Amino acid sequence: MKITVDEDKCCGAGSCVLSAPEVFDQRDEDGVVVLLDPEPAEELHDAVREAAQVCPAAAIVLSGTA
Amino acid sequence: MPGGGHRAERYGVTAPARVLVVGASAAGLATAEALRRKGYDGELTLLGDEPHVPYDRPPLSKQVLGGAWAPERAHLRATEVLSALDARFVLGDAAVSLDVPSRTVGTASGATLRADAVVLATGVRPRTLPDQAGLAGVHVLRTLDDALGLRADLLAGGRLVVVGDGVLGAEVAATARAMGVGVTLAGPQRAPLEMQLGPLVSGLLAELHTGQGVDLRLGVGVTGLVGTGGRVTGVRLADDEVLPADVVVVALGAVPATEWLAGSGLRVDNGVVCDAHCRAADGVYAVGDVARWHHDRLDSLLRLENRTNATEQAVVVADNVMGADRRYVPVPYFWTDQFDAKLQIHGVLPADADVAVVEGSVRARRFVALYHRDGEVTGVLGWNMAKQSRLHRQRHLVELKDLAGSHVTAAEVEKADF
Repeated sequence: MKITVDEDKCCGAGSCVLSAPEVFDQRDEDGVVVLLDPEPAEELHDAVREAAQVCPAAAIVLSGTA
Repeated sequence: MPGGGHRAERYGVTAPARVLVVGASAAGLATAEALRRKGYDGELTLLGDEPHVPYDRPPLSKQVLGGAWAPERAHLRATEVLSALDARFVLGDAAVSLDVPSRTVGTASGATLRADAVVLATGVRPRTLPDQAGLAGVHVLRTLDDALGLRADLLAGGRLVVVGDGVLGAEVAATARAMGVGVTLAGPQRAPLEMQLGPLVSGLLAELHTGQGVDLRLGVGVTGLVGTGGRVTGVRLADDEVLPADVVVVALGAVPATEWLAGSGLRVDNGVVCDAHCRAADGVYAVGDVARWHHDRLDSLLRLENRTNATEQAVVVADNVMGADRRYVPVPYFWTDQFDAKLQIHGVLPADADVAVVEGSVRARRFVALYHRDGEVTGVLGWNMAKQSRLHRQRHLVELKDLAGSHVTAAEVEKADF
């Protein structure tokens, strides 16, 4: 699994951090998503998929099947 | 993958062989995605009344209207991601009937779609003024086509009057003003979003709009439109003053798109009425703006139109379609961007709440405020402090205890919705 984030789309909700805090954070100054780990370990994949799906700005894109 | 002989049995029961999602916007798409993510391998169909692939609505009043984004940038998923979903998209065809016992949906084109589970995700339709039909220059903003039509009219020049001082009206006013358009914002409240955010923050929004050159004509209701030769020329206020207008946006909230369910036997009352599991009938569920479900913590029916509700409720509905028995008890959240202000609202902000700024400062227009009632935090508002407001949400609203009925009512939760 490889994660990319679209900072321009990010609305700063922080939903991704609530779903997968090991992988996502937010910038202090404007709340835009910070990707901590673009290729997270497999045990985090479910949480990352949920984060990508619930993101209210559709700013998280996943590629790769693993 | 689909149509296989051994379907997912995630919750110890066999998942329905065919799922039909009626509505192909955020909530409908999220339901389909959640089903696949949870291992659903049956037949999956999405029926959408618009011809477009699923797109996102919050950018319509901001990036799309303002021209910062090409319309395609508002698409929710890339083509290859939609293909990987392995779902059939039936687009540009509206649902017109539902037979509940056989879970059969009839469409405007005469097609018949049958399924073992049906998820209703038809969303809402904007309210209109009684005299706006057939009057050129008058717009609502709900669809991508609405946004592009309004943008074209704004680029042609002239004065815009926005009717409605809620979230959508204030965002349209801000975006149009930033495009260089002369803008008047009209509505019954004393300040934009007063009902949603309370006097302190709505007062700051009023200052912001005024400082940016928006003419606020608030505190007087709008009674109708004035036009000549089939084109709008003004907006009439309750005190009979007419605000001159070349373009008008009507942003007076929305009503659930449920007309097509008349005669279905489903209970429709300000939305599709559902139980705590978002179930309207056996094998029939509702999700997103159209769903009015029983929120157990509030012990009341609740319908939310905010964007995160669409995806969060979809996760629960997908689980329940697959045989789980989950109750949906969300912490409401919405955001709004107006000029340089980015506001995040978690939880509930009662009109009479005590408001305390706990981080940053109002003067710097960068702060977090906690809304209290009876000594309990019911909501968190961030003004240009998105991360910090989310951290306060996690500290104060995680258990949902503060949404219990003794502190806020369903009406107070729903009031944020336009």
